[in-house]
Amino acid sequence: MIAPLIYPPQLDLVSDHACLLTFSKVIDDTVADVIAQVTKALRTCEGIIDLVPSYTTLLVIFDTDHYDRFKITNKIKSLSASVDLNTIGNNERREVIIPVYYDPEVGPDLEEVATQCQLSIEDVIRLHSSTRYRAFAIGFSPGFAFLGNTPEAIRMPRKTTPRLKVPLGSVAIAEQQTAVYPSITPGGWQILGRTPIALVDWQSESLALIEVGDMVRFDPITRDEFLAQGGQLNGF
Amino acid sequence: MAFKVIQPGMLALLQDLGRHGYQHLGITSGGPMDELAFRWANALLDNDSNAAQIEITFGMFTLEAQASTSIAITGADLRATLNDKVILPWQTYPIHKGDVLAFHQPRFGLRAYLAVKGGFLAQPVLGSVATVMREKLGGLTGAGDKLSKGNLLPFHATTQHQQRAVPRLALPNYDQVEIDVVTGYQFKHFSGLDRARFFSSTYTLSQHCDRMGYRLTGAAVGRDQKGIISEGIAYGAIQIPSDGQPIVLLRDRQTIGGYPKIGCVTNFSGALLSQKKPDDSIGFRYISVDQAERERHLQMARIHQWR
Repeated sequence: MIAPLIYPPQLDLVSDHACLLTFSKVIDDTVADVIAQVTKALRTCEGIIDLVPSYTTLLVIFDTDHYDRFKITNKIKSLSASVDLNTIGNNERREVIIPVYYDPEVGPDLEEVATQCQLSIEDVIRLHSSTRYRAFAIGFSPGFAFLGNTPEAIRMPRKTTPRLKVPLGSVAIAEQQTAVYPSITPGGWQILGRTPIALVDWQSESLALIEVGDMVRFDPITRDEFLAQGGQLNGF
Repeated sequence: MAFKVIQPGMLALLQDLGRHGYQHLGITSGGPMDELAFRWANALLDNDSNAAQIEITFGMFTLEAQASTSIAITGADLRATLNDKVILPWQTYPIHKGDVLAFHQPRFGLRAYLAVKGGFLAQPVLGSVATVMREKLGGLTGAGDKLSKGNLLPFHATTQHQQRAVPRLALPNYDQVEIDVVTGYQFKHFSGLDRARFFSSTYTLSQHCDRMGYRLTGAAVGRDQKGIISEGIAYGAIQIPSDGQPIVLLRDRQTIGGYPKIGCVTNFSGALLSQKKPDDSIGFRYISVDQAERERHLQMARIHQWR
């Protein structure tokens, strides 16, 4: 069902060098698929210098030094209306699998989440790792992907006092969202474990492991596997 | 062939016109806080418009030249001296080996631009040398470091120099208090009273003003506004958090956010705003997108025509 979808998207100017395309008022899988498709279609468009897809919108930034605003916005209008809606959802979505060592040793909030949700630690791990998540948006810090949705049984609010330093690769949850910290930043999410793999590598061709629209799965690994893959235990 | 940093000052950063094409990965654009001053500095030296310069915030910054070149300084008047002789911004100067160039403290404005003939040479990261400290990207080292004592800033030496200055007509007025705002798609969600209040009040720059954004204090607007679903943030966006005090998001802004936006500061008004300091006062002035575009074309045409 594509009831909440606004298509073609509504185009609003944000300033003289940017416009926002709105695809829906609500967060929805189909909406995310359409946004991913339109982002792809616009990537080839001359004169567009940046695209910021998010949950229900796509911000488009254009090069006003070399291109005319009216020509660009007309091009954006026609390209963003060119997606074949019948193919939405049929396309193979890219799946990213992230190995995670779930343990209080690297997941200091695992026990509290289990207690608060009246579950065992094993249940929390099973629930978190048996869900396929979608990358709805990337932001907060470079490569930080907002993934949804976490199973209702393990939904927890953010911590009342954020940690000043969340270790690299920490896997955490907050409300209906989950994420992996790609760099060391302050953060208030509940930390369940840690991945040994790098989410971003600005020196590599691929840059970031997860892009908006991708599907993400967490694969539980043992302490030995974590260490063998280069995982670090310290950091708090 | 380089300038050597003798005294690093408060904040001196290598910048070009910014890192573009990576905002979908959460990487901000960076770039010069005062784009107009930056563009003029490169124009004065007939450099590529994207050639890397040093953005000097506040001053206390001293360099020693290890070779001859030609420089341009634009933007704030930071009481610069060349071998202890006062020099003024918005023009070029010849530099010889051993010369000492110093920026002391602000007389007008906050951020000065130092360009060198051919641009400063640094290895770009993701297509740009723009320094974003928070993201640990760009700059001399590639890891987002600000300039520090002993750094060598390479350039291609030259003894050719052309004495040039920006025409008086084109000089920005850093005393101007009106900041131009294009009202965005969320403007209509603010009440008539809030809109009137926003455009008729005086706002003061708080202590929390940096390359990421400027937090203002003054008449609260839109306190009843609810958060929105996080979306991309354009340069100059004016966010209204729940305390109703506007935040203008600038070059190092986060790429997405969930606060409602009352409008967007234009590129060149954002440049003026960036030259202001905590406790300075400003007022917002409505302009249409068409007016904003005309103003930009006019400024750009002045630079191009002059080249």
